[in-house]
Amino acid sequence: MRHNLNRIGVYSFVIICEQPFAFMPVITSLSDLAIGMTAVIQDMPTGHDAYLTRLRELGLVPGTKVRLVRRAPLGDPIEISVRGSRLAMRCSEAKHIKILPE
Amino acid sequence: MSATVAETSSNVTVDKNTRETLVALVGNPNCGKSTLFNILTGLKQKVANYPGVTVEKREGVCFSQHGEKLRLIDLPGAYSLNARSPDEAVVRDVLLGRRLDTPRPDVVVLVTDASNLERNLYLTTQVLELGLPAILVLNMMDVAEAKEWRIDLALLSARLGVPVIPMQATAGKGIIELKAAMSRKLEAHPLRHPPIPAEIYAALDSVRQELVGTGALHNIGGLLEPLYLISDHDPEHYGIEDAHLSRITAGHDALEKQFPGWEDVLVAARYEFIEQLLLGVLRRPEREESTLTDKLDAVLLHPFLGWVCLIGFLGLVFYSIFSLAEGPMGWIETGQGMISEWVESKMPEGDLRDLLVNGVIAGVGGVVIFLPQILILFFFIGLMEDTGYMSRVAFIVDRFMSKVGLNGRSFVPFLSSYACAVPGIMATRTIASVKDRLITILIVPLASCSARVPVYLLLISTLVPSATVPTGIKVLIMLFMYALGTFGAFGFAWLFNRTLMKGQSALMVLEMPSYKRPSVKSTLHYMLERARIFLRRAGTVILGLSILLWAAMTYPKSEGDESSQLAHSLAGKAGHVIEPIIKPLGFDWKIGIGLIASFAAREVFVSTMGIIYAVENSDDDITPLREHMRAEQWPDGKPVYTPLVCVSLMVFFVFAMQCLSTVAVVKRETNGWKWPLFQIGYMTGAAYLMSLLVYQGGTLLGF
Repeated sequence: MRHNLNRIGVYSFVIICEQPFAFMPVITSLSDLAIGMTAVIQDMPTGHDAYLTRLRELGLVPGTKVRLVRRAPLGDPIEISVRGSRLAMRCSEAKHIKILPE
Repeated sequence: MSATVAETSSNVTVDKNTRETLVALVGNPNCGKSTLFNILTGLKQKVANYPGVTVEKREGVCFSQHGEKLRLIDLPGAYSLNARSPDEAVVRDVLLGRRLDTPRPDVVVLVTDASNLERNLYLTTQVLELGLPAILVLNMMDVAEAKEWRIDLALLSARLGVPVIPMQATAGKGIIELKAAMSRKLEAHPLRHPPIPAEIYAALDSVRQELVGTGALHNIGGLLEPLYLISDHDPEHYGIEDAHLSRITAGHDALEKQFPGWEDVLVAARYEFIEQLLLGVLRRPEREESTLTDKLDAVLLHPFLGWVCLIGFLGLVFYSIFSLAEGPMGWIETGQGMISEWVESKMPEGDLRDLLVNGVIAGVGGVVIFLPQILILFFFIGLMEDTGYMSRVAFIVDRFMSKVGLNGRSFVPFLSSYACAVPGIMATRTIASVKDRLITILIVPLASCSARVPVYLLLISTLVPSATVPTGIKVLIMLFMYALGTFGAFGFAWLFNRTLMKGQSALMVLEMPSYKRPSVKSTLHYMLERARIFLRRAGTVILGLSILLWAAMTYPKSEGDESSQLAHSLAGKAGHVIEPIIKPLGFDWKIGIGLIASFAAREVFVSTMGIIYAVENSDDDITPLREHMRAEQWPDGKPVYTPLVCVSLMVFFVFAMQCLSTVAVVKRETNGWKWPLFQIGYMTGAAYLMSLLVYQGGTLLGF
C-alpha cells in the first residue's frame, strides 16, 4: 500500500515539474551560459570577498545584460560582453553569478 | 532612491600664487592615460615610488597655451575609489588630499575609454563628486566610432557640468583642445550629489562623527572621505594608519549591521545613475557589430590557431632575445676588457688598480651586460601591452597556470626567466594581483637560466666519460635538470599559494581591451624607461655587492700564486668553515669556495674552479679543468668528483639562489629586503635539502 502511494507521489512530482520546464527558461550560472547567448544577471552573492564587489563595480549588477563571447582554448577562462566592455573571468568565479538566459 | 542634499566638501583653498598648478590624470587602466601623459610631458618625466609600496609615482611638466608651467602627475590606473589595492588607495588618497608627499591636485583630467564608456564613468562620477575642477577626456574615440557608437558630447558636458574633449591620443587628436582647456581658469563645478539612498547617507554621517575626533580624516566636512575609508578593501589598507584601522572597521561593521549589503546597493545605484546619464547621450547599435578586434580574436583565440600563433610569436620573442642579444653582449665584454687593459696599463700595480679593474669595472660590466636582453624583452612586452595582445596570452594559458596557483599573466615573466630571471622579474609588473605577483617573483629564479648552462656543461662532462657514453645521455641529464627546476617552481608556487598572504584571494578578472595599433614611440620610451630604472636601482646594488665579494676573495692578501691567494682569502677561509656543513652533500672546501664565489653569479663557478685548480683559461676550454677535477682527491685518496657528487652539485645549482642581480631586482620590485632574503633562504634551503637527498640517498643505494 505504502509502496503504491510512493509511486503515485513520484509520478505526480514528475508531471508537475515537467510542465514548467517545457515553457520557462531556467536560472543558471554564468559559467554555463552557451556561447553567443545573452542573459540577464539575476543574483550575485553578497559579501565582501575581495572579488565580488569588484565584479559589481565593473558593471555586473543584478539586472545587467551579459553575453558570452567565447571560452578560452582550454575551456577556462570565459570572455563576456557587459555594458559594451569585454571581461575575462574564471569559471570558478562565474559559477557564483546567477543568470536568466534570454 | 532619492539623494539628499550633499554637504559641500571643497577642501581648503590652496594658495596658488606660491606654486604651480598641479594637474592629475585619473582613469581606468588601459584607457590610454599613460600615452596621453607621455605626449603632454614629452620625455620630461620623473618616476619614483610612493613611500613604502611598489606603486610608481610619475610626475612631469607641461606648458599651457599661455606658457604657464603645469605640474602633471599620472596617478595609477584605478577602477573605483573603493580601493582594492595600494594603487587605488594612492589614487583615493591623493584626490582626497590625504597624502603628505603629494598635495591635492588643482585640476583633474579624467581620462576615459570612450568605447568602454559606461564602466569608465563609474570612477569618473565618483571623482566628479569630490568637487575638484575637472576636464573629461573621451579617449579612443576611433574605437567607439568603429563600433558605430554615437556620443552626444554637448549633452554629456551639460549633464556633468564639465568640459568634454574627444580624443585619439595615439593619433594626437584632441591634444590641442585639451591643452586649451587646461589653460583656461577652471572653476570648481557645482557639486553633484552622490547617488546614495537617504538612509545610508544619514548612517554615514554618524560614522563621520565617530572618525572626526580620532584624526583619521583629513578632509573634515565631507561624507565622501569616511565613505571611501570604510569601503577600503585593500588587504594592506595602504594609506590608513594602523591606529585608525579598528575604528574604521567598526564604522564599516556598524553600517553593515544596519544595512546588510549596503556596498552592493551603492554600486547598483551608481550604475543606475550612469544609465540615466547616458540616456540620449550614448547610442549603440542593437547588435554588437563585429569589429576588427572580433575578427582578430577569432584567429588569435581560436582553439587551435590561437596556440599556433602564440607559440610562433613567443618563439620569435625568445629567439630574438638569444640571438640579437649575443652581439651586443659580446661588444660589452670586449669593451670591458679594453677598458680594463687600458686602466692596467696606465696605473701602477697595487690594490687601488686591482679594486678598479676587478671590483668596479668588472662590477659595472656585470650590470651593463644585462641591458641587451632587458631592452629586447621589454620591447616585445611593451608591444604586447600596447596592442592588447598580452591579455590574450594570459587568457589562453590561464587554465594551465591556475593549476599551480599562478596567474595567466605570470606566463611571460616565467618563460623569460629561462633566459634570465632579471628581466623576467621586472616583467611581473604587469600582474595586478599583489599576491600573484609576489609568488611569481619568488619562484621564477627556479627556471633554469642561461647562466646555469656552463655549470651543467662542466659537471656533465666531468661526470660522463665522453668516449664510452653517447651524447644522448648528456642531453638527457641536462633536460632532467631543466625539468627539476620547472617542477620545483610549480611546487613552490603551489606551496606559497597556500601559505603566504593567506586570506587574499587572487582575482582573475581580466579586461580584454580592443586591439590598438602600437605606437613605436611609446614602446621605445617604455623600453628605455625600464632599462633606466634597472641601471639606477638594481645596478647600484649589484655593483656594491660585487665589490664586496671581490674584496672577500682578495683579502687578506698572501704570498703565492693565484690559487693559494684565493685559498687564504676571506672567501677561502669561509670555504674551510663551511666544509663540515657541505660535506654531507659530498662537497669539499674547494667546492665551498666555488659556491661562495658563485653566490654572485652562477657562471662564475667555472672560472673560480679554474683559479682554485690553477688552470689557465678555463672559461674558453673546459677540458683541462675537467681533467683536473677528475683527478681531485680527498685527503684519504677517494676521488672528489664522483658521478654522485657531480649530480648532487648540479642539483644544488638548480635550486640555489646564486645571482646578486636577481636579489637586487627582487629588492627593487618588492620595495624591501624582506622578500629577497626570504627567497635566498628558501631557495638555498631547498638546494641543501635536495642535494643532501641525492648524495645521501645515492650513497645508501650504493652509487
